[in-house]
Amino acid sequence: MRGPREVPILQIEQLAVAYATRHGDVAAVRDVSFEIHRAQTFGIVGESGCGKSTVAFGMVNFLGRNGRITGGRILFQGQDLVKRSELELRKLRGDRIAMVYQDPMQALNPAMTLGDQMAEVLIVHRSMKRSAAMERCKQMLERVYMPDPASVMRRYPHQISGGQQQRIVIAMALLNDPALLIMDEPTTALDVTVEAAVLDLINDLQNEFDTAIMYISHNLGVIARVSDEIGVMYAGEMVERADVKDIFARPSHPYTLGLLRCIPRLDTTKRSTTLQPIRGRVPSPTALPPGCIFEPRCPFARPACSHQPIPMREIQPGHWARCLYAEEILEHKDDLSDDMVNIIIGVAPKTDNGGPILRVKEAKTYYPVASKQIIGGQKQYVKAVDNVSMEAMPGRTLGIVGESGCGKSTLVKTIIGLEKLSGGEIEFMGMDISTPVSKRSEALIKDLQMVFQNPDSTLNPSFSVGYQIARPLRRFKTVPRNQVRDEVIRLLNMMRLGENYYGRLPRQLSGGEKQRVAIARAIAAQPKLVLCDEPVSALDVSVQAAVLNLLLEIQQQLGTTMVFIAHDLSVVRFFCDHLAVMYLGQIAEIGPAEAIYLPPYHPYTEALLSAVPIPDPSAEQKHIRLGGSVPSALNPPTGCRFHTRCPRRAMLPDGGAICEREDPPAQFDTDQHRIYCHIPLEELRKMEAVVTIEKEGPHVG
Amino acid sequence: MSALSGGTKTAEKRPSRLRRLWGGFSIILESRVGTIGLCIIVFWVLVAIFAPLLAPRDPLSQDSDAINKGSSEQYLLGTDQLGRDILSRLIFGTRTILVLAPLSVLASVTVGTILGLTAGYFGGLVDEVVMRLLDAIMAFPTILLYLIIIAAIGPSAVNVVIAITFVGTPGIARLVRSLTLDIRTRDYIRAAQTRGEHPLYIMFVEILPNVRGPLIIDALLRVGYAIFAIGTLGFLGLGLPPPTPDWGGMVAEARKFIWTAPLNVLWPILAITSLVVGLNLFADGLREETTRYQ
Repeated sequence: MRGPREVPILQIEQLAVAYATRHGDVAAVRDVSFEIHRAQTFGIVGESGCGKSTVAFGMVNFLGRNGRITGGRILFQGQDLVKRSELELRKLRGDRIAMVYQDPMQALNPAMTLGDQMAEVLIVHRSMKRSAAMERCKQMLERVYMPDPASVMRRYPHQISGGQQQRIVIAMALLNDPALLIMDEPTTALDVTVEAAVLDLINDLQNEFDTAIMYISHNLGVIARVSDEIGVMYAGEMVERADVKDIFARPSHPYTLGLLRCIPRLDTTKRSTTLQPIRGRVPSPTALPPGCIFEPRCPFARPACSHQPIPMREIQPGHWARCLYAEEILEHKDDLSDDMVNIIIGVAPKTDNGGPILRVKEAKTYYPVASKQIIGGQKQYVKAVDNVSMEAMPGRTLGIVGESGCGKSTLVKTIIGLEKLSGGEIEFMGMDISTPVSKRSEALIKDLQMVFQNPDSTLNPSFSVGYQIARPLRRFKTVPRNQVRDEVIRLLNMMRLGENYYGRLPRQLSGGEKQRVAIARAIAAQPKLVLCDEPVSALDVSVQAAVLNLLLEIQQQLGTTMVFIAHDLSVVRFFCDHLAVMYLGQIAEIGPAEAIYLPPYHPYTEALLSAVPIPDPSAEQKHIRLGGSVPSALNPPTGCRFHTRCPRRAMLPDGGAICEREDPPAQFDTDQHRIYCHIPLEELRKMEAVVTIEKEGPHVG
Repeated sequence: MSALSGGTKTAEKRPSRLRRLWGGFSIILESRVGTIGLCIIVFWVLVAIFAPLLAPRDPLSQDSDAINKGSSEQYLLGTDQLGRDILSRLIFGTRTILVLAPLSVLASVTVGTILGLTAGYFGGLVDEVVMRLLDAIMAFPTILLYLIIIAAIGPSAVNVVIAITFVGTPGIARLVRSLTLDIRTRDYIRAAQTRGEHPLYIMFVEILPNVRGPLIIDALLRVGYAIFAIGTLGFLGLGLPPPTPDWGGMVAEARKFIWTAPLNVLWPILAITSLVVGLNLFADGLREETTRYQ
């Protein structure tokens, strides 16, 4: 692909970065080396706090007041960036390095039109005339596939969607024709279909502009899709570096292998696979182990590992790993360490008397919007949930997926009684629960509990773990008063936290631990139904696996029914028995999980599945991208709500005119699998499967 | 510092209540500004406690031979227009101010917190009614409000406390309300709601402990304002009835003789200023250190 003698755009040699704290210097990044060539994308992947962003900031010297580079070299087009004065650096960097961050709103000035702020880059850096600059900006927007660039340039940042904002930021970064583009989690804040389109764009641009890209992400699927070469970082060190295909086919560092084995994929379910979380937690940069940094968590660790720091070594041409036994790792992949429990769920437990435990009938949750007129004016409603019907079977998990704003959270909050039901009915064990929580009986409240999304706000920072788990026990008098403490400790043990967590405060816990405490609090009163609102989406993948396993175990032991919201299709595929796909307040498709992932698909499900980033470069995925953005729930499209973006509409006579006029009918593929679409089932059945994965991944054991 | 980091690392056993209190307290010693403020406050508190031992003479006894005399061996800071020892009056004045100021702040924090929590948690009509009433109070110029209240209920120590409480409450209620509005949306509040907890439990057990930090800092600053307010009332003759030693009253009386005994004004002013500055420094230090740990 490139000449071997060519000078790399970026060459990093043994980079070390430290932050000064009141406890002395903390080495955030140590001994990181890699290079990026022209038109190549180097992906850096790792969990939060592994130092991947620090590497990026070190490159452009944005380390803040207390950060500095303590060693190594950064060669940019052959010139060393370290140890130069700020002025020299600025000149050298000039406009040759551009950065794109996670949140586009922070990169855009809310008080300027998009056209003005884009043109400013050219006017300042290139001394271009305003009119010429505007013209070039317009061309650039066309190249990032921005629909209607002229009108977009007249708008302000808040007037366009998040995906479009990120497109603008990328276009701005490219205006100066940079040699190196650093992208730090640019798609993390975006929905999966939008993310897929942005990733496509990045791949196209790299070919077109000849730019070297450094792409940082925590998501292995995203990294697999955009990168040519990958570096895996752990606790401030790069532990493995290789070609993208190589790293997924032959992971040679135990951490890489661990990462791959703890993520659910589109072809794995709880009946076929066990997720294997990585035990322990990332060491604090102030207390690093003396030998291999991964040794305390490594299932393959041997005595030699803890003697001295392990250097990076080339185990095959182009494949580097920081492990003494890198060559043997793959052979040992099936040796599980003893403290991991096997919880493959065999056959589903038989459910007695067959009826659903929760029945939602044509539920509607509307929020009134204040009218802009002072007198009169029609009252408007945001139809967050509109005519949703679904059932949850006892002892099973019902998953709800959809992009942000599809109403999945509102639906769950309505079920638990935090939001008022505007119409329809909700029935729980035969009782009507259409009332808000304040009007429900104690027994009913006890039976419905919830696990929330954000681990940082799910626990009250002022009270100890023990107190917070004990509260539902005391309130619902689940156990006699003198046994509360023992019961809390039993629950803590069940969560694999142990008795010593009893007196800790939430700020002393990691994200995963907080979420476990929250789960313990939710199940303490032995509810019949637990509603989980994205309980793992804020967690790192290795922690996510542990929490998912825990929830599975709880369900096995207690027979709890769960409603599980997520936006990650791989996670719900793994975790749920039944699945509902929601779009703009309505259900598009509902049925047994395995049926959702195979044809016949609702066109929206098909698009979602083809957008999911799969952490396996050899997987084949159909390429379907949705145009436009999600319409406002204040004024949803008539007829089928998906008709404005539906790629399959053309399958109907006269371009799907019926989709605009009439609500889609429920079509029953089986008696449990419903698809709300005008396209006849026979046509939908003819679709091909979206994803085909070879059954030979390293972790499909 | 060592006490703190040790506290978090050996969290297996919860440290004793006393240790935790000291742990929280030692935070302030991390900040130079806070430490200076603390020293000033401690100095005045000690002065108040040991006033009878420290004061060279009786603050009320008059010496007709020494009227508006400057500093001398007998009267360290001189005497006032009635021949009373200024130093002794200052020392005893500490007692008045250090009782009345915190007391009035405590009262306004209590009332303000209850109103703010209620308005913030329930929102809607309750919020509108409570906050508009408090806005009405805030619309009056502070001095005017003091004048009206004291004129209506008469000058006395208790009435000074009532007046300051009345004036201080709206500000605290606003602060607590805005904090409550934020905390109300946290997941742990939702969790409490899904447990069917009583609104009073949610307000006072789940929310209140989490507004504590900013509230304490605000209250400390308000003690400073209250000292000013007591001084102002004293100066206007609406404070404590004479002959009680009162810093504000001392300024007011000495003002009349500013040309003959200029230093007599200075001493009580210095006392008021140092105490208020001390409180402000302490509050600043506390804010700096607590936000750092969050």
